[in-house]
Amino acid sequence: MRGAKSAKWVAIAAVVALGATACGGGGTEEANANKEVDPNGIVSYANGEPQNPLQPANTMEAYGSVTIEAIFSGLVDYNDKGEITMTNAESVTPDKDNKVWTVKLKKGWKFHNGEEVTAKSFVDAWNWAANVENKQVNSSWFSDIEGYADVHPEKGKPKKDKMSGLKVVDDQTFTITLADGIPYFHYKLAYPVFSPLPSGFFKDPEGYGEKPVGNGPYKLKSWEHKKSIQLVRNDDYKGPDKAKNGGIDLKAYTSDTAAYNDLVSNNVDSMPIVPNSELANYKEDLGDRAIEQDYSAINTINPAFYTKQWKDIDVKVLQGLSMAIDRDTINKTVFFGTRESATSWVAKGVLGYEADTCGEFCKYNPKKAKALIKEGGGVPGNKISIQYNADQPHKDWVVAVCNSIKQATGVECEGDAKTDFQADLKVRDAKQVKSMYRSGWVLDYPFNGNFLRDLFGTGVAGNKADFSDKKFDDLVKKADAAATVEESAKLYTQAEKQLANTFPGIPLWYNRTISGHSENVKNMKFGQDGDPIFTEVEVYKK
Amino acid sequence: MGRYVARRLLQMIPVFIGTTLLIFLMVNVLPGDPVAALWGDKPPDPAQMAIIRKDLGLDLPLWQQYLNYLGGLLQGDFGTTIAGNRPVLDQMTDAFPVSIRLGLMAFTFELVLGLFFGVLAGVKRGKVIDTGVTVFTLMVISIPVFVLGLVSQQVFGTQLGWVSPNVKDSMDMAQLVLPAIVLGSLSLAYVARLTRTSIAENARADYMRTAVAKGLPQRRIVSMHLLRNSLIPVVTYLGTDIGALMAGAVVTEGIFNVQGVGQLLFEALARREGSIIVGIVTVFVLIYLLANLLVDLLYAVLDPRIRYA
Repeated sequence: MRGAKSAKWVAIAAVVALGATACGGGGTEEANANKEVDPNGIVSYANGEPQNPLQPANTMEAYGSVTIEAIFSGLVDYNDKGEITMTNAESVTPDKDNKVWTVKLKKGWKFHNGEEVTAKSFVDAWNWAANVENKQVNSSWFSDIEGYADVHPEKGKPKKDKMSGLKVVDDQTFTITLADGIPYFHYKLAYPVFSPLPSGFFKDPEGYGEKPVGNGPYKLKSWEHKKSIQLVRNDDYKGPDKAKNGGIDLKAYTSDTAAYNDLVSNNVDSMPIVPNSELANYKEDLGDRAIEQDYSAINTINPAFYTKQWKDIDVKVLQGLSMAIDRDTINKTVFFGTRESATSWVAKGVLGYEADTCGEFCKYNPKKAKALIKEGGGVPGNKISIQYNADQPHKDWVVAVCNSIKQATGVECEGDAKTDFQADLKVRDAKQVKSMYRSGWVLDYPFNGNFLRDLFGTGVAGNKADFSDKKFDDLVKKADAAATVEESAKLYTQAEKQLANTFPGIPLWYNRTISGHSENVKNMKFGQDGDPIFTEVEVYKK
Repeated sequence: MGRYVARRLLQMIPVFIGTTLLIFLMVNVLPGDPVAALWGDKPPDPAQMAIIRKDLGLDLPLWQQYLNYLGGLLQGDFGTTIAGNRPVLDQMTDAFPVSIRLGLMAFTFELVLGLFFGVLAGVKRGKVIDTGVTVFTLMVISIPVFVLGLVSQQVFGTQLGWVSPNVKDSMDMAQLVLPAIVLGSLSLAYVARLTRTSIAENARADYMRTAVAKGLPQRRIVSMHLLRNSLIPVVTYLGTDIGALMAGAVVTEGIFNVQGVGQLLFEALARREGSIIVGIVTVFVLIYLLANLLVDLLYAVLDPRIRYA
């Protein structure tokens, strides 16, 4: 009896799946060809409740970032080649040591409340955000600026409330003096943390965090907590990326499968990323509504160099392990081809990206892998483990990588699951990883140094495996002292090539943004930071 | 009666303190740091972490943190969230009305239909309708709630379009109907089965024969004599279930995008937000305690032989 009944339910589920496929399949583009565009149409987007108040320097997670980026415009922005474009700034020019940067603003820019955007709006905002007492999670972004330690001391109260490195010259001009010259500092300026704030903000940061007033392409209309954030087009916007739609409805979803269902049935116009459970069928469900784009993020597995196993390891062993991983096949079977096998340590879409810096060591070659590991004296204990967090879908690929290594080299390999990301981080921070751990990095700013210096430099916060290589550090120092950003990027590529001789991380895949859009909109695209580009989206007339 | 209720209410105080302490300690044992969690997978800023800890009193010894928390609780202050620095009470007053609505709707659904099916099957035991109810409830019990949720979302939401697949406004009762049915269906099956068994058993009791022999109408026999006497096990089950419906809706709320307590609790756990977790669990404990008290009082109503002094 039970068998018969469950068979019926399976049948219903199968019908449901077939039906979903049928209505998702193609033909939308032709149907839309003669639909008219409504310049005031609203784009809806599956978002979630921002974690923090909507203050630019206090927003790190995706839900808040999406909102902040729509409401605020920074000095500069970047395109998909990793080149800097001017937004609120007329020009950003360094002196010859890249130490003093002069920023000239465009005239006529206004905040949503009508207040003019001046040099003071930027300088005050940055000083406020850098101040340790204002508890902004992104304040370390200002640490390059001279006088940061005065407002953000390691211990105790700040000595001053202004950084000595920021000087207002006139209404449209200010200078930024850095503690040390950095040729690519303007790349960092693209991050929303460097947004300007209106003068009212400093009297009531909480109120403005609830009802942010920015200078960006959209204005806040309302924020109903855990329900939706409504944004409308800023008609006075002076920037190059004026919105082609009437506004955005950022709907709060609790799960990505719920959002995905709404996307398939055209109840929401787009979503951040298709859930893993739907990767196998999203192309059939969405047809030509599917979106697949480069996303500057990379996955690696890193050896913990503080362990006995890897402390004095011959690099050949690590190179061999890397060659034992069949990245292409795992991509096909586990990720349904939605990622791209990595050939370097820097993700695509950033300045200075160069393919194949990893060379043959990132190509699958089981014979050579075995030989290299033998030459290097073998893996101590002949066994490795890969630590991952089980609350996100990592298990499948970790198992696949392990099997690949086992088959190619005979080295025992197993996943080391931690219940969730918090637990995983704790083990990493306490330096108790047993062998290797999975890691990933999404760009902060589109420059290759971000993937190198901030992850593998000796003693930097992102280097959790205690990796240290003097040659690499010297190359980084040289790159940071370069005269121009292009030169610096080139020198960083040299530093990246040095990683092939030390292998602090085994590159696995570059991520891609896998999403989709509804039949009601066109030109839905995502930037290389994985965030949607709303201003270009056009909404069809209903 | 009054003294009994007073005694039961007084007993709640140690239970309340015990559970809050236990949960408070358990949250602190969980690996992970809620302050560091603000930075996600980026390296946190130690100076900033120290200030945030100090402001929220997280740098104090654990016993002092607990006493501070209890002290606040007595004044109706559930504390402040670490992420976003918002009062926990605000988050709870947003989420609880949603979950209470959903829970009560599911409860009504299971109560009405469960009793109906149970009585029907119990009275007509051995007939086709009895077999039908047994098979139906067996089926519902054997399907996990997330399967039922996802399938009904697909069928009634995406395919037939009777309801919107996801809840857009969590306070709108009409949109909560489908989630409530899914949430209440498992309990409905249990209620129906419990009622059926109990009724089938009591139908052979002596007082039933007497009632029939007196020539009472069938309707009165079933509702006043049979059902009332058969309800005690059902009421026991329903009492614990009302708490479970509000507390255990994490899966259903997730599937249908309902912004209720289950979601809040889930997010709080992922971020190790101790104050939210303890706050919610405290309210749950109170709900369970009160529901249990209510059940015990109902026994006396249903069975006059039971007296509380």
